Amino acid sequence: MIRYPRRTVLRAGAALVGASALGFPAIVRAQSEKIRIGHLTPLTGFLGVIGGYAQLGVKLAVEEVNQSGGVLGKQIDLISEDSINPATAATKAQRMLEQDGAALLLGEISSASSLTIMQVAERNKKVFFSTGARSDALRGKNCNRYSFHCDIPNTVMVNAVGTALSQKGMVKGKKFFTLTADYIFGHDLLKAAKVFFGTHDANLIGDELIATDVTDFSPYLLKVRQAKPDVVCCNLAGNQVTNLVKQYAEFGFPYPLVGFNLNTGDAWAAGAGNLSGTWPTVWYHTLDNPTSKAFVAAFTKKYGKPPENHAWIDYITLKLLAEAINTTKSTDSHELIAYFEKQSQFDIGKARKAYFRNWDHQLVQEAYPFTVKPKDQMKDQWDMLVLGDAVPAPGDPLETIYPTRQQNPCEMKA
Amino acid sequence: MQFEFLLEQVVNGLVLGGYYLLIALGLSLIFSVGGIVNLAHGAFYALGAYVCVELTKQFGFGAAVVISPFAVASLGILFERFILRRFYSADPILSLLVTFGLAMVAEQAIRMIWGAAPVSTEIPQRLRGSIIVGDFLFSRYRLLILAVVAAILLGVWLLLQKTSFGRVVRAGIQRPDMVAALGIRLQPYMTAIVMLGVGMAALGGAFFAPITTVHPAMGAEIMTIAFVVVVIGGLGSFWGVVIAALLVGVVRGIAIHFEPAAGEASIYILMFLVLLVRPRGLLGERIEKFE
Repeated sequence: MIRYPRRTVLRAGAALVGASALGFPAIVRAQSEKIRIGHLTPLTGFLGVIGGYAQLGVKLAVEEVNQSGGVLGKQIDLISEDSINPATAATKAQRMLEQDGAALLLGEISSASSLTIMQVAERNKKVFFSTGARSDALRGKNCNRYSFHCDIPNTVMVNAVGTALSQKGMVKGKKFFTLTADYIFGHDLLKAAKVFFGTHDANLIGDELIATDVTDFSPYLLKVRQAKPDVVCCNLAGNQVTNLVKQYAEFGFPYPLVGFNLNTGDAWAAGAGNLSGTWPTVWYHTLDNPTSKAFVAAFTKKYGKPPENHAWIDYITLKLLAEAINTTKSTDSHELIAYFEKQSQFDIGKARKAYFRNWDHQLVQEAYPFTVKPKDQMKDQWDMLVLGDAVPAPGDPLETIYPTRQQNPCEMKA
Repeated sequence: MQFEFLLEQVVNGLVLGGYYLLIALGLSLIFSVGGIVNLAHGAFYALGAYVCVELTKQFGFGAAVVISPFAVASLGILFERFILRRFYSADPILSLLVTFGLAMVAEQAIRMIWGAAPVSTEIPQRLRGSIIVGDFLFSRYRLLILAVVAAILLGVWLLLQKTSFGRVVRAGIQRPDMVAALGIRLQPYMTAIVMLGVGMAALGGAFFAPITTVHPAMGAEIMTIAFVVVVIGGLGSFWGVVIAALLVGVVRGIAIHFEPAAGEASIYILMFLVLLVRPRGLLGERIEKFE
């Protein structure tokens, strides 16, 4: 064995570190053979769990696209990171576009973070597909040309559950008490809920705004009891929903608990013995159509568990983007915007096809209310939900559950 | 009527404070005896919850909540023997770094074993619901937690005050060199104290597993509140931590009653006010190592 003098080794090491910091031009050229796409989603905090699913979904989509030859004959190079919070999300989005050479961005669940990424996208004139954010304001007064919105907005979730509740006689003349997440998403959801209560003769007798780091709800539950409502309504997000559902079951109140927001990941985490009531969902892994089934099979095979709705939406969005790039033969953002604004119809794994509305960039699609299966009828821990009929009803146009042009204050600058 | 609801919040806050106490007291004990701020304490809390969920599947919740703290406490022995022991007389910054690193390793390990998605478990049917006495409502399950916490508190106090074990520990806190000069090895005592602290954190995790989200980052979540409690109570003070835990629970309940938006901020404001008046916390003693 040859012994190197320590100094030489050190110098070599330093040179190596220096060289990699500067970057060899050859390496840079090699990487530009790939098409880089930036993906952001919260992996920490109260949305971290569902963010984890989103990341698994987008990775699976990239793998499938690359195996079938990539886009424009090139492989996709996905950079997927934890967006953490609105400020970090914006910083990372900016870095992905300006330094890493990402052609476009997708992802996000938090409406607050999505909003900051939208601003970065607009500044850089690159498209951003907001996959999991639900605040109406993002596709309303904060909309911009470079941002597209794939998940259903709050208004649709309220309409999906509200319609189901109305049919059970749980709305008209009833007293509602809401528990609302104290950030843009929650405020927005409450606003949509108030509109619904107003048009359906329901009374909102109490509302509590709850900070996103609250994990113990007992003081709020005491206030719910004090108000003696007919229905308690959960407008929370992420694992706060899980915490509330568990603690609600603990206290054993007689008032039914329903909610205008839920992700299947949070439902699974709550457990079958705790969850009850009627909730909305954008997608569920038991939907019976070829696209959904193929995705569920591939996901389950790869990760050993069924996909959650955020895994589906990030998967489907990346697939849509790959298709768009191949069709337009370009990764140019303006080409992509023009392509999606033609309102082409896409199969997104639901009975009816979906399309992006050209004036607010909202993906118009079906939604579903669901209730919870009795525990003894569940096949496994994921077999929890009973999907109701898709809304809108089969005869009605999809847009009937979405805010109209009069209701949605979106004005895009040219 | 208003007064009764307020009183209800106060009682509920006391129960919640009792729960915080389980985690904060262990943290404080380990600090008192070893001079180590154990940032990995939350990891043992999370482990307690996960082990409890696992055991519940096998033996039911009742047995799981008893066994899991002991199982995790036995891990505490290894933690003390192979890690903490090296840092008793070292610069405190080293133990801070090591336990911080360990907390991250533990969180990642949990993620690898159980996955990033939360695991779920629930309270047995007979412990659910609330008991209503007059106009007051208590969660049946939380009353059980309160009873267990009270018993543990009494037990730990008796152990420290009335037994020879406690006398050695207390002497060790004050004058470790003198205890050593008397020919008593402090190390087994330290192992026992770490086991006790870690076991209490794990019990807290096990108790909260059915009523909160059991996810890998839950340890980091609880550490914030545990630190607030320990800082308000005063590092190293038994009764300081007890009072602080109850105070934090009550103040939060009252704040949410009157001004919900200030609910979470209230405990930090409380900490700020206490530190303003008493920089060492309510009953904190002057500690040479840190001053």
